[in-house]
Amino acid sequence: MADKNGFFDLSKTTLSRRTALKGLAAGAGLALAPGFVRYSQAQSSAPIKIGFQLHRTGIGAAYGRWYEKTSAAAVKAINDAGGINGRKVELVIEDDGTDPARGAEVVGKFAKQHKTDIVFGTLFSHVVIGSAPAAGENKIPYFVVSEGHHVASTKLNRYVFQPGITDVKSQIQSMAPWIAANAGKKVTQIFPDFAFGYDHRDYLPPALKAQGADVIAQIAIPPTESSFTKYFPQIPAETEVIYHVMVGPAVLTFVKELGEFYGSQRPQLFGFIDSLEAVDVNSPGLEFLDGSHFWEGSPRYAQPDDTAAQKAYRAAVGIDDNGAALGDPKDVSTAAHMFGCWETLYVVKKAMEDAGYKGPEDRAKLVEATEALTEFAEGPEHPQGPKTFNGKIHQCFGIQNISKVEGGKLKVVHKTKIEDGLYEPEGDYTTQAL
Amino acid sequence: MHFGPHLLLAALEGLVTSAVLALTALGLSLVFGVMRVVNVAHGEFFMLGAVLAWAISTAIAGHPAIGFVAALVIGPLLVGLVAFLAEWLVLRRLGYNPEGTIVATIGMLYIIQQLALSFYGPEARPVEPPFSYRILLPWFGYSGYKLSVVAASALLLVLTWLVLTRTRIGLIMRATQYDRETAQAFGIPVERVYAGVFAIGAMLAAIAAVLIVPISQAHYLMGQDPLLLSFIVVIIGGLGSLRGTVVAAILIGLSDGIISMFFSPTLAKIIATLVVAMVLVFRPQGLFGTTQR
Repeated sequence: MADKNGFFDLSKTTLSRRTALKGLAAGAGLALAPGFVRYSQAQSSAPIKIGFQLHRTGIGAAYGRWYEKTSAAAVKAINDAGGINGRKVELVIEDDGTDPARGAEVVGKFAKQHKTDIVFGTLFSHVVIGSAPAAGENKIPYFVVSEGHHVASTKLNRYVFQPGITDVKSQIQSMAPWIAANAGKKVTQIFPDFAFGYDHRDYLPPALKAQGADVIAQIAIPPTESSFTKYFPQIPAETEVIYHVMVGPAVLTFVKELGEFYGSQRPQLFGFIDSLEAVDVNSPGLEFLDGSHFWEGSPRYAQPDDTAAQKAYRAAVGIDDNGAALGDPKDVSTAAHMFGCWETLYVVKKAMEDAGYKGPEDRAKLVEATEALTEFAEGPEHPQGPKTFNGKIHQCFGIQNISKVEGGKLKVVHKTKIEDGLYEPEGDYTTQAL
Repeated sequence: MHFGPHLLLAALEGLVTSAVLALTALGLSLVFGVMRVVNVAHGEFFMLGAVLAWAISTAIAGHPAIGFVAALVIGPLLVGLVAFLAEWLVLRRLGYNPEGTIVATIGMLYIIQQLALSFYGPEARPVEPPFSYRILLPWFGYSGYKLSVVAASALLLVLTWLVLTRTRIGLIMRATQYDRETAQAFGIPVERVYAGVFAIGAMLAAIAAVLIVPISQAHYLMGQDPLLLSFIVVIIGGLGSLRGTVVAAILIGLSDGIISMFFSPTLAKIIATLVVAMVLVFRPQGLFGTTQR
């Protein structure tokens, strides 16, 4: 080895006694630093700490930024109105890098180091699935805003809840009749190659079959992919509808390349807004989307029939009528999903009040109080619409919006009913031990 | 889609990949050839080029082409400056020790990546292409800009080749590559050549990134794939061989395009890696490399 300068020669540096003493002193100093002093204040006045597992970096970053803004706005609104059980609410944020392994570490950190009351806010389904066991082991309630069917499948554990956003299975089931009736009968699916995409892969074909339509091809694309044209030849020529749902940093490239490939000679397009979330509908190259349809959890653009609650929510979060940040029209939000953070935090508030929640020792009571919830009325706390909640599967059910791209905006053309998305529970979390 | 058009599309996609890859790998190969060090931070210079392209093109108002051309000129120059400083501050102090350089450039990789994350943010941001023309073929449409990337890359490759073979600078670089000590004995300022080569290598990666950024957006993690693929290309082509690098880039790019379209992208990566293993076993100097003296 040509280690002439001895960079890797460990014997060159010896640990002197002085260095060792310095290290010891520094360590002792750290242990005495204010951060390590245990919180000795009375619990009644200490804030309720909500551990926010945030996708600040990694492929979920665009969502993470808006999840953070929405949650901060909700916490501010809750605190301005007196907090929860008279205590202020505080968000403790840890970045999980949109990575399942780090997600599990973050949950452990919340439980053991930050000692937060709950963990909240995860979106990407593989992170939820990776983190859920850590929440169960630490017996810390874990409120996700993920859309995936994994919570409702009852394959996770009793500490995981999804009370603020509907799951993919329910979304698909309520929209399949509209797709079959209005878009076409021969459907090709494009979906991301991980848990969330598999929900689409698994639940769309049976839902369409029930409506007399068929999925004729399924194309899985890795969420980290940066070039998409190579997948498009797999779309069969007889396709009447392309059902697309993509996530990740390259969604704009995905829709742009779809446009380059087809131009105006395209099949019908039905997409989940995920394919375009945080992306301006009027970006150059997206003109071909005009007339196509999207699922939206909550509409990005202000609609003529918006309720006062919806208007107040948009103002509190800081988005304009086009769903972009106030003052920066280029900073498009993830409006279709982020409402879930707002609503989940209000569900947490309600459950904590019902449980008379005082501190981490009441976590089991909080789980039971959440399971006892049955419905959430539309209003300032639930601006997206009314919801029902099934405590056995820890999942809420609500309305879905189908929007059409028209004149560079998304206009809601159909709203489903709550009943459209109900299905038979696949299990029961309440039978699990706490 | 029928086989013919399918293959055509696969080949077109493969050519775009090849074009960008050839430029990026050429930078890596040049640095290795002349300096005999492995630059693990090469992918981050690529990313830096893309991020700067975004910054420059958004700062300049008017037609997107103006911003893009400005980015194509200023971006790589800035990246070259960063590389030059890194060479001067770090690599020179290590005496170009091969192992030390690997560790140091891994460090640079993280520093550049985290700086990009801190100052640019975690979002993927688009750069508008200088023109958007859709070529309409009977079976499918294709982006005119993508084809122009192939042309631009070919032009740059020829230019690099001319510089290396027909100019005094090229001669000095080749002399340094051939025998460092003799070159020094003949009065060639080897250290300055090294700094220049390191900067040029980074600039080539940055140019590739500016070209690709209107197609796939600028993102702080985008340097990982090009780095891996560049290593594959450089190993297959032969370390330090310009011709080998270009041939291997075209080979890998086209096979990636075609295999990933007819089979799956994962299979394309598997095969590329397998080829690397085979080359290392049966022809360690690479397809066009010469045995080390």
